[in-house]
Amino acid sequence: MIGLSHYLILSAILFSIGLVGVIRRRNLLMLFFATEIMLNAANIAFAALSSYMHDLSGQMFAFFIIAVAASEVAVGLGLLILLYKKYGSLDLDDYTMLRG
Amino acid sequence: METLVYIALFAPLVGSLFAALFGMRPKTLWTGVVTSLLLFVSFLASAMLLKHVYTVGAVHAELMDWIVAGDMRVPFGFTVDEVTAVMMTVVTLVSTVVHIYSNGYMEHDKGFNRFFSYLSAFVFSMLVLVMSDNFLGLFIGWEGVGVCSWLLIGFWYHKPDVGRDVNPSISPSWAANEAFIMNRIADLGMLIGIFLIYWNVGSLNYQEFFAAVPQLSHGMLVLIGIMLFIGAMGKSAQFPLHTWLADAMEGPTPVSALIHAATMVTAGVYLVIRAHPLYSEIPEVSYFIAVLGTFVAIFAASMALVNRDLKRIIAYSTLSQLGYMFAAAGLGAYWVALFHLAAHAFFKALLFLGAGNVMHAMNDELDIFKMGGLKKVMRWTYTYMGVASLALAGIWPFAGFYSKDTILEAAFNEQSYGIWFVLWLTAGLTAFYSFRLVFLTFLSDERYKQYGFHPHEVQKYVLWAMFPLGLLAVIFGWWKEEFMAFVTRLLPAYEMSEHTEHMVWILIIVTMAIAIGGIVVAYIMYAKRLRRNERIEQSLPYRILSNQYYIPIFYEKAFAKPYAELSDIAWKEIDQQVVDATVDGIARVIEETGDGTRRMQTGNLSDYLKWMAAGALILAVLAIIVAMNH
Repeated sequence: MIGLSHYLILSAILFSIGLVGVIRRRNLLMLFFATEIMLNAANIAFAALSSYMHDLSGQMFAFFIIAVAASEVAVGLGLLILLYKKYGSLDLDDYTMLRG
Repeated sequence: METLVYIALFAPLVGSLFAALFGMRPKTLWTGVVTSLLLFVSFLASAMLLKHVYTVGAVHAELMDWIVAGDMRVPFGFTVDEVTAVMMTVVTLVSTVVHIYSNGYMEHDKGFNRFFSYLSAFVFSMLVLVMSDNFLGLFIGWEGVGVCSWLLIGFWYHKPDVGRDVNPSISPSWAANEAFIMNRIADLGMLIGIFLIYWNVGSLNYQEFFAAVPQLSHGMLVLIGIMLFIGAMGKSAQFPLHTWLADAMEGPTPVSALIHAATMVTAGVYLVIRAHPLYSEIPEVSYFIAVLGTFVAIFAASMALVNRDLKRIIAYSTLSQLGYMFAAAGLGAYWVALFHLAAHAFFKALLFLGAGNVMHAMNDELDIFKMGGLKKVMRWTYTYMGVASLALAGIWPFAGFYSKDTILEAAFNEQSYGIWFVLWLTAGLTAFYSFRLVFLTFLSDERYKQYGFHPHEVQKYVLWAMFPLGLLAVIFGWWKEEFMAFVTRLLPAYEMSEHTEHMVWILIIVTMAIAIGGIVVAYIMYAKRLRRNERIEQSLPYRILSNQYYIPIFYEKAFAKPYAELSDIAWKEIDQQVVDATVDGIARVIEETGDGTRRMQTGNLSDYLKWMAAGALILAVLAIIVAMNH
């Protein structure tokens, strides 16, 4: 029987994978994927808790997150294309304009 | 009637602000004319108020609330009663004359406009002082006149400091600071007195305080009386806070006439008169005031005997006359003190303005040993100063005779024969030094020719401007009965005992005898030529007197020097080592922390993300800990 804790553990594992990806990866596109994974980990936790607590607001939030993630990807990918055109690379180590 | 109160009060302020608009510009004639006209308006309003108070009664006006906090309510309230009306008329009359006079006196001064701005601001402050119906308003006026006095004594602030042997006042800015600081010391006492009043009565209004006086304990009344009198001692330059007044002569002469003779220095006397319900309850303090006043009268007169500085002699005589006023007020003869205050304002202002004419003629020379024989070129100034000196010496029928003689009668009536004797002796000294000054300046041989001066009389309108003062110096005393009837509606009437009534003629003759004696001695010694006796001038008493009893030097050695050294220690040891070090330490810690954490800013997004993840992790851990503890 698959219970709430299984879903939450899955969500945690996915979130950790995403977090590690965000920290370790150097390619901006990969960072995007990693953030998507983290968002979806949150979605799983929302959906599972929503069904467990019989409260629809969790699912509503999940929908919200999907919508926000979609728009974020739309904007973010556009920015990535521009960045690539400008610098010819998506490697984070090449972006050091913020050095103080 | 309230309108008149506001016109009298605010006309000088308007004039001051108007002149201040052009304060930095070179001389513009109209600033002098406009301020003088506004002062005249203020005088007219004051005179009309005087008439109104005489026929109808006191006027009260409340401009607006000033301080409302909890139970405390202090409005900008003004009362024009008998005492205030007299003070206002005297102040505005002398001010008007001095303003017109200054048009001539300051003619060639670069700070012409600035001068008029200060002068009118002073009159405004003085009016606030005398018109306020509560102690806080009085205090504001009190401080206002102090500031204006500081500004005007130091008017020629650019003059450098010189040694005490060259100029006993060192420099105008030094003298201004001395006056200001001495007054601050005294004002502390006054503030404590005001605090005590509020603490005990819960109100600063005169009427409410005086109504509450009978309920207060005697000890508290004594304390309040002493504290208020300390304030009065500073403003009226009573011993031991007297040194600033003679040094204040560094200011332009019209300032000396207005502030340091006729009006501001009498504020202390005004305070004691105003607070008469308090001082009547505490005879021991009143007696102390009378004794101190008597002491100052003879103390200052003795210094005037040997001084060679035209203005300083008059300054010491002011000090001496203030002593007379305090003696009268301390003996309970409040109306006599006020009468002498008004009479003194007229003839002393006249004397100072005359001295200003002489200075003008002599290119600011002040040494009377270098003058002499000026009568020929300055007939009118001679007349004015002669009249003023006769009034000061208390010769019948001039104003000073009536007021000073009444003070002596009051002292006799109180059976304070010691006070009477000292004041009587001082009357002789007063006559001597006043006429020593007049004879050395206007009669005797024409010594100024050796020094290459070319004296000349001042402008016609200046002489005319002095005329009202000259007239009042002669006739003011004739109104003694009317004056008494008027002000004793508010002040306690002072009745002479029958014994004194019998003695009155003898007293008058004795007093006149010593005054005329003083004049005669001065005439014999100085009228023909300047007599100098090296042996006397080198003698110890003479040197003590001419060095003002060495008190300024003593103050410098005993207070100013140690205080400067203490300040030096406080600066180098406490301020730099402790206060500055603490502040610097805090700054250094922050700077070093910033420098250390700057390395976080690599510019690499990946590193930022790591920091962010670490921060989020810490927050998550904290949230878990908090949640578990719930």
